[in-house]
Order: sequence, then C-alpha cells, then structure tokens
Amino acid sequence: MVMNSLNKFFLSLKPHFDKGGRLERYYPLYEATDSFLFSTTKSTPEAPHIRDAIDLKRIMITVIIALIPCTIMALWNTGYQANNALTTLGAMPEGWRGAIMSLVGIDPQSLISNFVHGALYFLPIYLVVVITGSVWELLFNLIRGHEFSEAFLVTSLLLPLTLPPTIPLWQVAIGTSFGVVFAKEVFGGVGKNFMNPALACRAFIYFAYPAQMSGDKIWVAVDGVSSATPLGAAAAVQNGVPTQALDITWWQAFLGIMPGSMGETSTLACLIGAALLLITGIASWRIMLSMLLGAVVTVFCFQLVPDPPSALYALPAYWHLVIGGFAFGLVFMATDPVSAAQTQTGQWFYGLLIGFLTILIRVANPAYPEGVMLAILMGNVFAPLFDYLVIRANMKRRTLRHG
Amino acid sequence: MHYLEIIFRSIFIENLPLSFFLGMCTFLAISKQVKAALGLGLAVLVLTAITVPLNNAILNQMLKPGALEWLGQPDIDLTFLGLLIYIATIAAVVQILEMVLDRFLPTLYNTLGIFLPLLTVNCAILGASLFMVERDYTLLESTAYGIGAGSGFLLAVVLLAGIREKCEYADPPAPLRGLGLTFITAGLMALAFMSFAGMSL
Repeated sequence: MVMNSLNKFFLSLKPHFDKGGRLERYYPLYEATDSFLFSTTKSTPEAPHIRDAIDLKRIMITVIIALIPCTIMALWNTGYQANNALTTLGAMPEGWRGAIMSLVGIDPQSLISNFVHGALYFLPIYLVVVITGSVWELLFNLIRGHEFSEAFLVTSLLLPLTLPPTIPLWQVAIGTSFGVVFAKEVFGGVGKNFMNPALACRAFIYFAYPAQMSGDKIWVAVDGVSSATPLGAAAAVQNGVPTQALDITWWQAFLGIMPGSMGETSTLACLIGAALLLITGIASWRIMLSMLLGAVVTVFCFQLVPDPPSALYALPAYWHLVIGGFAFGLVFMATDPVSAAQTQTGQWFYGLLIGFLTILIRVANPAYPEGVMLAILMGNVFAPLFDYLVIRANMKRRTLRHG
Repeated sequence: MHYLEIIFRSIFIENLPLSFFLGMCTFLAISKQVKAALGLGLAVLVLTAITVPLNNAILNQMLKPGALEWLGQPDIDLTFLGLLIYIATIAAVVQILEMVLDRFLPTLYNTLGIFLPLLTVNCAILGASLFMVERDYTLLESTAYGIGAGSGFLLAVVLLAGIREKCEYADPPAPLRGLGLTFITAGLMALAFMSFAGMSL
C-alpha cells in the first residue's frame, strides 16, 4: 500500500527530471532513488531484445549477499578481539565508544557485546566510505549525466572489510576519494576501469600511511595493545618452525578468530561467499582454482630452498591459505569481472600469476607482510595483456585452419 | 645467481619507467597498440644490452682516473667527459646498428623501424648507463643490468599498451582524453609495481 503510493509519487515526479524538465540536470539522483526502491520501467527500445533476469543490479546485489558472512564475522571478530584485550587488561574503552559499551558491558563470551563493540568500529568506517564515495559519484554523475551504478555498493563494502579497525577516519576518506576518482570515475565509471577501485583505495592508504596500515598495534581496537597478525608473527620468527610462533590453532585461523583486517580473517566466511558466487556463476571458478594452484605450487618451491633466509620459507601451504587476506582476495577481489582477465585461457594465467606473486611478496619481501592485495593489483595490470595474447593466438590459429 | 638478481632487480624493483619515471616520452607516446609497443620495447632492450656494457668498458679503459696508463698518462681523469661520451656512444651504436640491420636483417630492421633513431636521445637508455656508473658495476654486471633494464622497459611499455587497448572503450572526461588518462594509467601501474619495492631474493 505504502510502496504503491510511493511508486505513484515517484512516477508523478518523473516528468520534471526527464529531458526538457525543470530538474533535468538532477536525473541521476532521481534514477538512483527510483531504481533503488523499484524495478526499472525501462524496456529495450532496439533489437536484439535479450532478456535475462540477471542484470548489473542483480549481480551486484548477489555479491553483497555473498559478503554478508564476512561482514558478520568482521563485526563479531573485531568486537571479540577488543573485548578479549580489554578483559585481560581490566580496562574500559574511552570516549563515546566507552559510553555505549558501559551500557552493553564488556564480555568476550557474550555474542551481543562482541557484535555491538565490533559495530562501533566497523560502522563509522563503512559510513565514511559510503558518504565519501557517494559524494564523488554524485559529482561525476551530475556533471556528466551518467546514472548511478550499484557497483559502488560492492566497492564500499569491500573496502572497510580490508581495513584494520583502528584506522583514522580521515585516511579512509582520502583513500576512498583516490580510488573512486582515479581508479574508476576518470575512466568513465563502472566497467570501463582496468583496476579494482576498492584495491586501489586500499593500496593508496597502505603506501601513503604505512604507520596506520601495518605493524602490531593496529589490529586490535584497544589503545596500546600490540598483537601481531599471524603472518606478522610468522615473519618475525628468526629460526625454527614458523608455526610454533603462532598462538592460534589452524581451526581458529580457519574460522577467523584472530587479529587482522576486519573482514579478512575468516576463511570459512569467505568460502560460504565463494559457494554463492560460484553457484550463481558470477565469479570465475578458473580464476579461483588457478590462483589457489599458483599459490600452493609457489609455496612448495620456496620450501625446497636450502638454508632459507627467513622462517617464512618453511611455512606450509595449508597455513598460507587460512591466514592473512588470501581467501578474501581470492574470492572477492581477484574475481572482480571488470578488472580480471576476460578470456578463459587468460583467466588461468591471471590466477596463476596472482597466486605466485602473493606468496612471493609474503615470503621474499620483508617490507610487506601481506601480499594478496598487491598481487591482485599486479594481476589487474597484467590482465589486459593476457587477454591480448590469448586473442592473438586464437586469431592466428583460426587463420591457419580456415585460411 | 648474483647476475640473475641484478636482472630481476632491474626489471621489477627498479623498473626504469615505473619506478624512476625515465623514458616517459616514448613510454607514453608509443603505447597505443601492443604491436608498436613491442617493437619499441625490443629496440630499447637491444640498445641497453649493447650500450651499457660498452659504456662500462669506455669508463674503465679510458675515463677513470689512471685508466689511461697504457698511453703513459697515469694522472689524467676524464670522468667529467662521461655524460658527453655516453650519449655519443649511444648515438653511434644506433647509427651502426641501423646500417647493420638494414644490410643483414631487413625483417628485424622493419620491425624496429622508426624506433631505433628515436631512441638516440632517450633518457631511459642514458639513465641505464648512468646508473651503471653510479653503482660501479663490472663489465659482466653491467651486461646483466643492461639486459634487465631493457627488459623492464619492454615489459612496462607492453603492459601499458595492453591496458590502453582495453581502455579504448573508456569514457574519460573530455580534458583527460588521450595523454591525460595515459598519465593516470601509468601512475596506477607504478602503484602496483610498488609491491616489489624492498624485495630481496
């Protein structure tokens, strides 16, 4: 009933925004609100009249649904890590978060306390990303007469999940601005860029403000508590077995009960998302499989190195897969249909390259403990060339066959 | 192993266009199509692979203080002539290479085409020689470095061309069309290449 009258109201507004109307300039705003609330009234004016229920909007919504397990884990784990540290210290958080948490109570055993505490860190970051990004999108869309795309909803959820909970909000705003403007909007918006905007945001923050993006102090949202991510702890081992330095079990790492970027810790949550993306056919199984293969083979190669200079060389593959952001990158970042390789053979090379680079950066680059995001950026840079070579090879083969 | 490391370093970590922003003019101008970019990259590779060790030999045999001892002049220090001589060497190599290729390998000559003479005054190639001087490479090391630096340029320019071919369908704001977008693309590529910074093998 309400929706019906709302729909009528929107339809009555439409003439003002149409060509020649008073508010023609602001059509993107109208279109965004309308298509957010209702399905489109547009029909295809020209042939071919291909109809498929799965349009860009549906694809993006599916990705968001696939991200829900990771988001839930992000809320719970961020809160759990903070509550845990606070209980050990016997302290209370300060400021406005402290005021809210004193109502809820600090208890790492309580589901609600963990979720609320996690949300107090996740939601501000998420809001800053959404607001900053939307402002830039709005600016570009209004001036250029484009329509809003649901793709930004995905980008804006991906980015906070890859950030540590303690990151200053102004850095989030600057990073988001960089990624949205320079990795997407200057290329003309969704589908025309070559680099994943969420990754560009993260890489920008990572290189511009390394103090707030790496180290031991940032992963648990309590002041002064230093707790290394498992990758950081394994890298710090001088000699001996790297897994001994980890104070978590493999299952804990698999479930994601460890310090890290908010949404990246849980391999299980990523796998649930992966299942949905694979069933609906939105993500390419070739990329996922080849990236996994590339990483595993590279780990084995590193294990063969005699007298390794760091203990990370000996870290076994089944650990590499559950710590850091490997699973998250594999499922949600590498498979981004815009910036990944488009041809099927190209996707194999693309995935293998990312898997190889991930382990290479993790193991052989002491400057960066985590390599997934950077490796996928490199993959984005290589993807067009892979596509080009595959298409060229195909053309050559067909000319030979058909003359 | 040491030489392999020099090659790896100069391709990925110290990539001439993407880490030092050398050779930008050709890098940005001749990257519209992968095919042309490949030709340019190969020409750069051939040139650096020849000129860096050649300049190294000249430096060690003629310019360094005491290098002219075989002429009975142990006190002469000609390093101040370095810059001039390296450019002259590069230009001479380009001319000779052109004539040789034209005479004996016409197909390769056609592939490299106009790129060879273009590269006479390319800063990436001179830069490679100057880095060689700075880092005190031996003859073998500078050969490895020349090959690596050239391959790094080849890789970067081909990657950029691939991205630009993909971005043919991009829809940038009017002022950014063409070179502007290419600058931004190169910047984003440099961001990705930073993932190798600090790597040690």
